[in-house]
Amino acid sequence: MAFFFFKEEGHFDMQNDKILPHLFRTEYRKIVAVLYRHFGFEYPEIAEDIASDTFLTAAETWGLKGLPENPAAWLYTVARNKAKDYLKRDTLFKHKVTPAIQPESLQIPETAIDLSEQNINDSQLQMLFAICHPALSVEAQIGLALRILCGFGIDEVADAFLSNKETINKRLFRAKEKLKEKKVKIEFPGEGEIGSRLATVLQTLYLLFNEGYYSASKNTILRKDLCLEAMRLCYLLIEYKLSNVPEVNALLSLMCFHASRFEARMDENGEIIRYDEQDTTLWNKELITKGKYYLNQATKGDIISKYHLEAIIAYWHTIKEDNPEKWENILQLYNRLLITAYSPVAALNRTYALSKVRGKAAAIAEAEKLQLKGNHLYHVLLGHLYKDTDQQKAIDHLQTALKLAKTAAEKSRIAKDLNSLTAVKVI
Amino acid sequence: MNDFLLIFRRDFNPGENQPSPEKLQGMMKDWQDWMGGIAAQNKLVDPGNRLAGDGKVVRADKVITNGPYVEIKEAIGGYIVIRAESMDEAAEISKGCPILTIKGNVEVREIIAM
Repeated sequence: MAFFFFKEEGHFDMQNDKILPHLFRTEYRKIVAVLYRHFGFEYPEIAEDIASDTFLTAAETWGLKGLPENPAAWLYTVARNKAKDYLKRDTLFKHKVTPAIQPESLQIPETAIDLSEQNINDSQLQMLFAICHPALSVEAQIGLALRILCGFGIDEVADAFLSNKETINKRLFRAKEKLKEKKVKIEFPGEGEIGSRLATVLQTLYLLFNEGYYSASKNTILRKDLCLEAMRLCYLLIEYKLSNVPEVNALLSLMCFHASRFEARMDENGEIIRYDEQDTTLWNKELITKGKYYLNQATKGDIISKYHLEAIIAYWHTIKEDNPEKWENILQLYNRLLITAYSPVAALNRTYALSKVRGKAAAIAEAEKLQLKGNHLYHVLLGHLYKDTDQQKAIDHLQTALKLAKTAAEKSRIAKDLNSLTAVKVI
Repeated sequence: MNDFLLIFRRDFNPGENQPSPEKLQGMMKDWQDWMGGIAAQNKLVDPGNRLAGDGKVVRADKVITNGPYVEIKEAIGGYIVIRAESMDEAAEISKGCPILTIKGNVEVREIIAM
């Protein structure tokens, strides 16, 4: 079953100069996951070397001889043969230095490297559980997910983290060493263990999605890709019986609702358009429908996780009409979310919802208690709340926000708000 | 920052002062807003629990009575734990507690850190 939102795979009617990047995107991660699963973290470089070498061979061969009939199958065959060659050499070597090994073990079974769809999916899913290991930092988990499960190049991973190649290479190397050291197996967690492991996996996917959705990078294509990859991996979890639990559905629902505003929330320069200023005709109806479907699936249980609360909040945001019921519901959901788990973003959003329900004066009183003076979004919010009643205070807050904002996109957005305020003042 | 226990007391036999269903609905929102406001300041340590109205009291002579409001009119209805700079701040936060609107009260007690 294909998830409609993802790039079509297996369509090769595109121009030849696009095909390798395209195949790299769709096939590298599959080959690497299967190879990793076979070789394990003990020799982390082997899987990636073989996969990269496969694509190099493709570039050379196809450049000389033209495209094969089924490029993906061709890649699988080459990867499988390279892996077998490696295994043969390795076994031969071990045989020579340790003669105790019987010659039979020189035989590499035909099924050794299984690149069937089933095994690719299983390998990717098992890999997802393996790299979302509690021993790794969240950055390392996301980095490995991008590299191994999403087939991102080191440059792209570095871009996503606003970092450089060297730092990312080091981080990934250390992470793999750690997995090796901890003897992490690439396998499904046991039924009793799946719950606790799933919590980390979901947290990683949630952050991967946020990395794309809220990232400071102006590269909109990359940002969208991060979100889509998080959704694809989430969908893998839904397709696997043991991990198809309400929280996973709630998370995918949340992602669908957010992603539905992707086209509306950024202009052509990658600048943020705020929710109340968005062209609602650009909201993606199909994704909203998908979001509702998964939210419905998510309610087939007794658990209300933070993903549920966030998904329902996101659902209310897909309703265009501004009415008191909408904001009252959003406010109560933020209250519950904050009581479950504090986060500065939720605290600020709650205050915004409060202003919609109880008025700006009430919201200002609550906002001033928040103690988030070092957060530029706090000052953006207060700038918004003060704008009708106390222009000078609004300007002061926006100026502080401008000083605190870290990225060019945010700075230019705040400067725009400031301009519109000061312009009014002059008139 | 220290932790403070807020204990909510109210009359469990309000009799004629029983609030209307509309008032009850409004109170539910007030509770959520008040708790949400504390949580938004990252000062909610534990959302605590609400307690059922009936209970028993075991006394020194091991006599068990239905209680606890045989002798006192008000009973504990629930509690939460918050974080605050001082007893004064904790008391200030308690001023927003919806229990006060139905003539209940909040007892603020500092939790002794181990």
